[in-house]
Amino acid sequence: MDQLALYFSYPFVRYALVVGVLIALCSSLLGVTLVLKRFSFIGDGLSHVAFGAMAIASVFNLSDQMLLVLPVTMLSAVLLLRTGQNAKIKGDAAVAMISVGALAIGYLLMNLFSTSTNLSGDVCSTLFGSTSILTLKQMDVWVCIVLSVVVVAVFVLFYNRIFSVTFDENFARAVGTKVNTYNLLIAIIIAVIIVLAMNLVGSLLISALVIFPALSAMRVFQRFLSVTICSAVLSVCCAASGILISIVQGTPVGSTIVAVNIVVFVVFAIIGKIGGRS
Amino acid sequence: MAELICENLVLGYENTILIEDLNFEVNKGDYLCIVGENGSGKSTLMRTLLHLQPPVKGRIAFGEGLSATQIGYLPQQTIVQRDFPASVWEIVLSGCQSRLGHRPFYSKEEKQLAEQNMKRLGISDLRKRCYRSLSGGQQQRVLLARALCATEKLLLLDEPVSGLDPKVTAEMYRLIAGLHKEGITVIMISHDIQAALQYATHILHIGQQVFFGKTNEYLDSPVGRQYLNMEGGRQN
Ligand SMILES: Nc1ncnc2c1ncn2[C@@H]1O[C@H](COP(=O)(O)OP(=O)(O)O)[C@@H](O)[C@H]1O
Ligand SMILES: [Mg+2]
Repeated sequence: MDQLALYFSYPFVRYALVVGVLIALCSSLLGVTLVLKRFSFIGDGLSHVAFGAMAIASVFNLSDQMLLVLPVTMLSAVLLLRTGQNAKIKGDAAVAMISVGALAIGYLLMNLFSTSTNLSGDVCSTLFGSTSILTLKQMDVWVCIVLSVVVVAVFVLFYNRIFSVTFDENFARAVGTKVNTYNLLIAIIIAVIIVLAMNLVGSLLISALVIFPALSAMRVFQRFLSVTICSAVLSVCCAASGILISIVQGTPVGSTIVAVNIVVFVVFAIIGKIGGRS
Repeated sequence: MAELICENLVLGYENTILIEDLNFEVNKGDYLCIVGENGSGKSTLMRTLLHLQPPVKGRIAFGEGLSATQIGYLPQQTIVQRDFPASVWEIVLSGCQSRLGHRPFYSKEEKQLAEQNMKRLGISDLRKRCYRSLSGGQQQRVLLARALCATEKLLLLDEPVSGLDPKVTAEMYRLIAGLHKEGITVIMISHDIQAALQYATHILHIGQQVFFGKTNEYLDSPVGRQYLNMEGGRQN
């Protein structure tokens, strides 16, 4: 306990916690929609694109990588959604192509042009999350806070539409809801979340952060609203405890958070079984 | 007064034409049944009426005071995933989504409307239940209540009784007939020609031959007789 109190006196620990909790909150909100709309693969694909963009940004030594990574990821989100809706190209094949392609190109570029002496270390930390969450500057924290507030506000304001579009797209379209616009909105929010979350858990583990809380909540709750709230709470708790554990034990941040999420999922699955999903 | 007019409608998908040169109109208070073989394009017609897909050619016009968004729709087998967590209340209320305009949340009146429609269909006590835990008949009532939240004028129902047992089917037909008596125009796709003949005021038969007219005219038409014989033969 004393040790924990000591850790909290360091600003970098507080920053990490604030950022981690906010990212976890944002990523869990859309998890339910993503899982139910079978969009989870898009999240996965986008994270690879973000990795590729990150590699390019670091090759060109851009001072603010966000400026490149965010627009590129958003654009890919829009494109992936388009192809997903197009019956001619199988949606998941297109996603697989883009995501694996981005991953390969990204790695290749880093290999060819990187000036770093610890290349595999760099790659590993981009994929699995770095300790960079522990070296956040105040500016990063503010960017994260602003983006999170925007994401949460958009989600709350469009909650009813997101529900309608997720539950029954055809009915929504038939009564005049602008389904395509909302799908686009969802895709863009996902892109923002993924770019945000890359610092926390790395691009390979983002999907876990998005999907696990929603899956856990769906084991136990039966209403869309309760599932959404529960997955937000779960995600925040898992992130907070994951970060604390990793600081105390010296484990990698991203993997620790995902591991906590997995434990929670198992617990909820058992509760769901025992409680008998009526 | 015509609520819906279709002129020279050609329906199909990119490379296939399903129905050619379809003309019919639906007046206020009509109960139109659309019948025809499996795969003849009944659902396609309904999806086109709802602007879910464009017609290949032709014109669909809605009557005065009825915009395309004032239609209640009950899809054929809603592809709701097995594990979708949603309560009956959440689903019925989502029928009010076209009334939202630019507001983010549902108003008191919209919640009352959802409440009334649940009462109307006798599902008030299912309010908190999870949709996926309901029986087939209950699920259809929930979706019908949602459709009623979207409209007071025109209901489009795509095989509302498919998969239901005979008793529940009969109840469902009575429910829809009741709504029709209250003044709602009904367009229903049905497999069940007997029920269509019993309740519908008009029949639209699509397939190789097309028929549109009053129910009693259908009985006397060659298309109708042939189809009835065939369906009758199948049931025996
Ligand atoms: N999205 C689609 N693209 C191409 N053909 C389709 C599509 N949907 C349905 N069809 C075809 O259109 C025909 C009519 O389908 P449908 O309207 O569902 O028939 P019904 O409802 O009368 O049974 C079928 O042969 C079906 O294979
Ligand atoms: Mg059909």
